[in-house]
Amino acid sequence: MATVKFDNATRIYPGNDKPSVDKLNIDIQDGEFLVLVGPSGCGKSTSLRMLAGLEEVNGGKIWIGDRDVTDLSPKDRDVAMVFQNYALYPHMSVADNMGFALKIAGTDKGEIRKRVEEAAKILDLTQYLDRKPKALSGGQRQRVAMGRAIVRSPQVFLMDEPLSNLDAKLRVQTRTQIASLQRRLGVTTVYVTHDQVEAMTMGDRIALLKDGLLQQCATPREMYDRPANLFVAGFIGSPAMNLVSVPVTEGGVKFGNHTLQVARGDVAGAGSEVIVGVRPEDVEVTTNPDGLELVIDVVEELGADAYIYGTPTDSKIAIEGSGDDALAKPFIARVDGRRVPTKGDKVYVYPKAEHLHVFNKSTGERLS
Amino acid sequence: MALEITSSRADPALLDLPWRTPLEEWPEDILAALPRGISRHVVRFVRLDDKIVAVKEIKADIAAREYAMLRNLRRLEMPSVEPYAVVAGREAADGTPLDACLITRHLQFSLPYRALYSQNLRKGTAVRLIDALAVLLVRLHLAGFWWGDVSLSNTLFRRDAGAFAAYLVDAETGELRERLSDGQREHDLDIARVNIAGELMDLEAGGLLQEDRDPIVVSERIVERYRDLWDALTGSESINAGERWRVDERIRALNKLGFDVDELAMTTDIGGTTITIQPKVVDSGHHSRRLLRLTGIDVRENQARRLLNDLLAYTAAHDRQADDEEIVAHDWVDQVYLPFVRAIPADLRAKLEPAEVFHEVLEHRWYMAERAQHDFSITDALADYLASVLPTKPDERSVVGVDTVEMPVVAD
Repeated sequence: MATVKFDNATRIYPGNDKPSVDKLNIDIQDGEFLVLVGPSGCGKSTSLRMLAGLEEVNGGKIWIGDRDVTDLSPKDRDVAMVFQNYALYPHMSVADNMGFALKIAGTDKGEIRKRVEEAAKILDLTQYLDRKPKALSGGQRQRVAMGRAIVRSPQVFLMDEPLSNLDAKLRVQTRTQIASLQRRLGVTTVYVTHDQVEAMTMGDRIALLKDGLLQQCATPREMYDRPANLFVAGFIGSPAMNLVSVPVTEGGVKFGNHTLQVARGDVAGAGSEVIVGVRPEDVEVTTNPDGLELVIDVVEELGADAYIYGTPTDSKIAIEGSGDDALAKPFIARVDGRRVPTKGDKVYVYPKAEHLHVFNKSTGERLS
Repeated sequence: MALEITSSRADPALLDLPWRTPLEEWPEDILAALPRGISRHVVRFVRLDDKIVAVKEIKADIAAREYAMLRNLRRLEMPSVEPYAVVAGREAADGTPLDACLITRHLQFSLPYRALYSQNLRKGTAVRLIDALAVLLVRLHLAGFWWGDVSLSNTLFRRDAGAFAAYLVDAETGELRERLSDGQREHDLDIARVNIAGELMDLEAGGLLQEDRDPIVVSERIVERYRDLWDALTGSESINAGERWRVDERIRALNKLGFDVDELAMTTDIGGTTITIQPKVVDSGHHSRRLLRLTGIDVRENQARRLLNDLLAYTAAHDRQADDEEIVAHDWVDQVYLPFVRAIPADLRAKLEPAEVFHEVLEHRWYMAERAQHDFSITDALADYLASVLPTKPDERSVVGVDTVEMPVVAD
């Protein structure tokens, strides 16, 4: 077990002038489950591969524990890629399926049996060890595949979109399995995904990348509650945070005709307009003329509550998209399932004061 | 939803397949072989007009990616299966969406490694398959292809004058790069080694490994063979300025390995006393290209070598060394090769390809001569071979089977 450190790690592909991973700095704690997440092309897989020794590091260093592994070959790093393949061999027992890679590495028989039995215990496979894979269910077979990585007892587990070719139901099952297994084993794990839901549900901490640059590295809660910039605010959370460009006024910012109090220091120097962010569950919805006026386009009933999707009546006000999705978006609010407005209604909305996010319009940085 | 078919050739027969049925439930009468083994994805072999195709059910984006990747590999002239089509937008009769299908053409006369092991084999087959896979991996790496899932199951083998030539079957995990790093090549090699050992251990556990060979020792061979070949093809070498013949020697050595050198980097030191040479671009298929150019016969590398040797013997026997090579080659095709091919009865043509029969008959002739202590003509050797050897061989034109032994990923 070990810590992992990306220390200004940089990767520039030949022929590119922009780095694919640009001065990445992350300190991963011993036993931590860190998720690298971001849209395609953000550098998350490249970062993982730099750690695995599969991509050259053009600048900076990578550490595993107190070893500088920057120039070590993949084999000498003591890391294991999990789910590299799902091959289970039909004629071999479950125990042999789990332990055969150790046999290749020259580990002695007694040691192999010991490690296989330990792994089987963790994976609830003890009673199946002498059976053939055919006798196992789909989920058990997957655990055998995980067992193969576990018996190697590496310092770090690496997983690169391990669930991407599974169907939706299996993806959820396996996600839970991996997360709980990692907690039981306590092995430092770095996991790559493009799916923010996967990232939020699995990671102890999340590192969000965009265009090769680290945007924020924090716990899922922190990412959700205090996104460091507009990109993080838009990427984390589903449905996404509403982002609205509003004027700065005396004592705060103006949201429709509702004044939101913002400390003067926070918006000083941010210009005449800022972006206000509010998550759908943090919106006050009222019929009193207080806030931003919306016409409701769609109502989505979820039982206990509902989402309303609306367009500002003032056509000058646009709900900002983020990242690739820069088209005008509806304003989304969650409302009590017992008091749901209907489509076509006019309502007024404003952020609850304690859940207000304010961002600099030109830099995108968080102000509040 | 409408079916979306992407195909390099418009083939209306594609529309007749039961796309609204999950692949697992396709009726037996359209299958070319019954499914065997367990696979990560559902794969079926299907008859389509006069062809056999492999159909793999996977997610649409992965199918499209693999289809494009296989097309790129064909463009780079890498030995791989031929992508045929992607069928997306499938829907069951009740409206449930179904995964897309990637369709590849079956490679005629190719053999999955399990089929090779289930036959009574000559000694050394395990080793010859590994050698073929090492050549394939080196070629792919030279072209910048990072495979990611190197294994015997993801490879098909064709006979090549007693040896084998390997073809890539599964490009799902592959990526094309400008150049591979040493780490990436090592990673592929490591995966190859573990997979091969696992596959052979599995055969051993199933009582199918006929040779008394240690799977671990055999699997180590891929690493050795790969490294030797890689160094021979890409290593740089310093020579004295006075030994320029060694440049030629290096090129000839590469030709002998079956590779052509397209570009050679030469640098001298400041004084000009030593020259460093390093092959930059190497291309495999030296003999097979040469034979193709001379005769139009398109066969694999070792088969080509065999045929070229026979052509050489023919040239000497007819005392025509002074004649134009192409004219002699033309006469050899006319008088030796074509009559030979025509003499193979139609009902035996599904057993082996003509070029492989040619190779086997030359071997057979050697044994006949040794036994009888005198020479035989190739016509006599062929007659004897057709009477006593070829009929006992299994048909190999359309050996199909799902040979991936990977686990089905299904929800409980």
